[in-house]
Amino acid sequence: MDAFALLLAATLNSGTVLAFAALGLLINERAGIVNLGAEGIMLVAAVAGFATAVHTGSDWVAFAAGMGAGALMAAAFGWLVIWLNTNQYASGLALSLFGAGFSAFVGLRYTQEKLSQRSHFDVPGLADIPFIGPALFRQHPLVYLAIVLAVALTWFLYRSRAGLVLRAVGESPESAHALGYPVRRIRFAAVMAGGALCGLAGAYISVIYTPLWVEGMVAGKGWIALALTTFATWRPARVLLGAYLFGGVTMLQFHLQGEGVQVSSQLLTAMPYLATIIVLVLISRNAAWIRANMPASLGKPFFPGS
Amino acid sequence: MIDSKRSMLRLTGWTVLAAAALAGCSKKEEATIASPAPAPIAASAPANVEPLKVSFAYIGSIGDGGWNTAHDNARKAMEKEFAGKVVTSYVEKVAEGPDAERVFRDMVSQGNKLIFGTTFGHGDYMLKVAADSKDVKFEHATGYKTAENLRTYDSRTYEGAYMAGVLAGGMTKSNTLGVVGSVPIPEVIRNINSFTLGAQSVNPKIKTKVVWVNSWGDPPKETDAAQSLINAGADVLFQNTDTSAVLQTAEKAGKYAVGWDSDMSAYAPKAHLASSVINWTPYYIKAVKDMLESKWTTGKTWWGVKEGAIDMVSISDKVPAELKARIDTVKAGLKDGSFAIWKGPISTNDGKEKLKKDQVADDAFLGGINFYVKGVEGTVPGGDKK
Repeated sequence: MDAFALLLAATLNSGTVLAFAALGLLINERAGIVNLGAEGIMLVAAVAGFATAVHTGSDWVAFAAGMGAGALMAAAFGWLVIWLNTNQYASGLALSLFGAGFSAFVGLRYTQEKLSQRSHFDVPGLADIPFIGPALFRQHPLVYLAIVLAVALTWFLYRSRAGLVLRAVGESPESAHALGYPVRRIRFAAVMAGGALCGLAGAYISVIYTPLWVEGMVAGKGWIALALTTFATWRPARVLLGAYLFGGVTMLQFHLQGEGVQVSSQLLTAMPYLATIIVLVLISRNAAWIRANMPASLGKPFFPGS
Repeated sequence: MIDSKRSMLRLTGWTVLAAAALAGCSKKEEATIASPAPAPIAASAPANVEPLKVSFAYIGSIGDGGWNTAHDNARKAMEKEFAGKVVTSYVEKVAEGPDAERVFRDMVSQGNKLIFGTTFGHGDYMLKVAADSKDVKFEHATGYKTAENLRTYDSRTYEGAYMAGVLAGGMTKSNTLGVVGSVPIPEVIRNINSFTLGAQSVNPKIKTKVVWVNSWGDPPKETDAAQSLINAGADVLFQNTDTSAVLQTAEKAGKYAVGWDSDMSAYAPKAHLASSVINWTPYYIKAVKDMLESKWTTGKTWWGVKEGAIDMVSISDKVPAELKARIDTVKAGLKDGSFAIWKGPISTNDGKEKLKKDQVADDAFLGGINFYVKGVEGTVPGGDKK
């Protein structure tokens, strides 16, 4: 039972990285922008966060730096695809490749660095409850923040006026434009916010999850996060659950190996993508479902006045 | 005025850009002396005035604090030893794939006469290039295929694994050890087994759990793997991967771990018990010496504690004196040849006898280990299924 509690705790921790990145990408996609650069953004943010943590010694400043770096990368992407109307997929891929190389270049002198003693986090009073304590209440504060963020985002998208406008921009930028909303600026804000969240995910990897910097350390989590938004059919709560599911699959295969059960780790690594393809096939067969969930202008450029 | 200012600005901008581009392209060559351009009269000059050009291909970045750092430190030490007589260069992140062949051909065309490939997967590509460049000598780390101008070298890392096991067996309280395995090749399986044999030599009740990450360096995955081993009850961790992620995870969880390839004490001051390090310097010095003295011949080299290629360093103060003494005994025994790690009786974890009592394994046996010894849990991925 104890082992199960610890597995649950590790799943929450591992899912948090995916949750932040995928929620960020969800904001992008709700506004009609697909950002394939998530992996690159996370890498740059990871090195920015780690470097900041090395120099300032503060995790929270490091998170801020990671978010800043992520937003900056996203801003460059946003300028390209929103104002210059470049192809979103090509620009995103370019951003990913650029981020991988650039983070390696900048991070060169940080590969041997280490961070100061990592602290433990216990929720007072709750951490000592048997089973539930070790499973749920000994996590880094950001783990809980991811849950709060998913709830807040649900409220924002479906209960607030600004969220309605954001979704309108993603569904039909022409209509939103006709109503007088600044489509491009709204999209840009969404891209920046998404970049900041991807950045937070990146910084969490290098500062908390594995406190070191190694080239390419995000290792595909950005792509999983991208797959996750589709897997979750663009719903924040499902994104969060999906993140825990994908995080759990990874942890479970290691857990099983530790227990002496042989599982094919290669197959499990492919699972998130396989699951996404299956979901894509399922929703593509159901036109109503697509209409209800997928932002209609996803990936399409918007020319005001055309 | 404004115009000229603007063009000045533009000029500065281009200069900065050009400088950046140049800096990006500059080759990582650490010449101790400037290599002279090949003069047309070179034939009449003494043949060995020009320094020997030596190049290294690394699979990862030299800053990984593990495998690649160890190779690069040895490269530097070797260059210092032969100051003025060699010029070394290196290429990082040479993947174990077709691109490696291009890198090795590049090295040849740049005039390198001795070329090192430092990972198992470089071997086949080195063989191809070696066949076309007979005047260049190739050295392949951890490989097994040789050619007339390609030889292999390796370190008996399992000796370090055994000593790590002695420490782990002495320090564990749960009698459960955890190993984060990289890729299930014989070398790694041999290390896991040797680690377990070492632990059993001080604590027969030990069991070892293994989790494979199928990568030489993927820190988040190593973290996950280490965490699941800790969750499964392991309190001393050991890894065959290239980074310090496992030690950092042990540090966070308040467990112990043993460093690998390079001294990793700085990464996890509390968790770190000792580091099993590889010192490639003696071999790199020997290889270059062979070249300079024109004595290079093909073959296979497998060096260990005896030749100074493997050592246990930075043993923590938490390790009791008698355990430290035990490490010293093992080291001394390996050095004078009176002690063999792979000496029977040794049987697999499903009860088949592999070495009879007092039978000592030869290198051929050690090179083909594809089973877990008694005490290791699970089965080797893709190993003997019978």
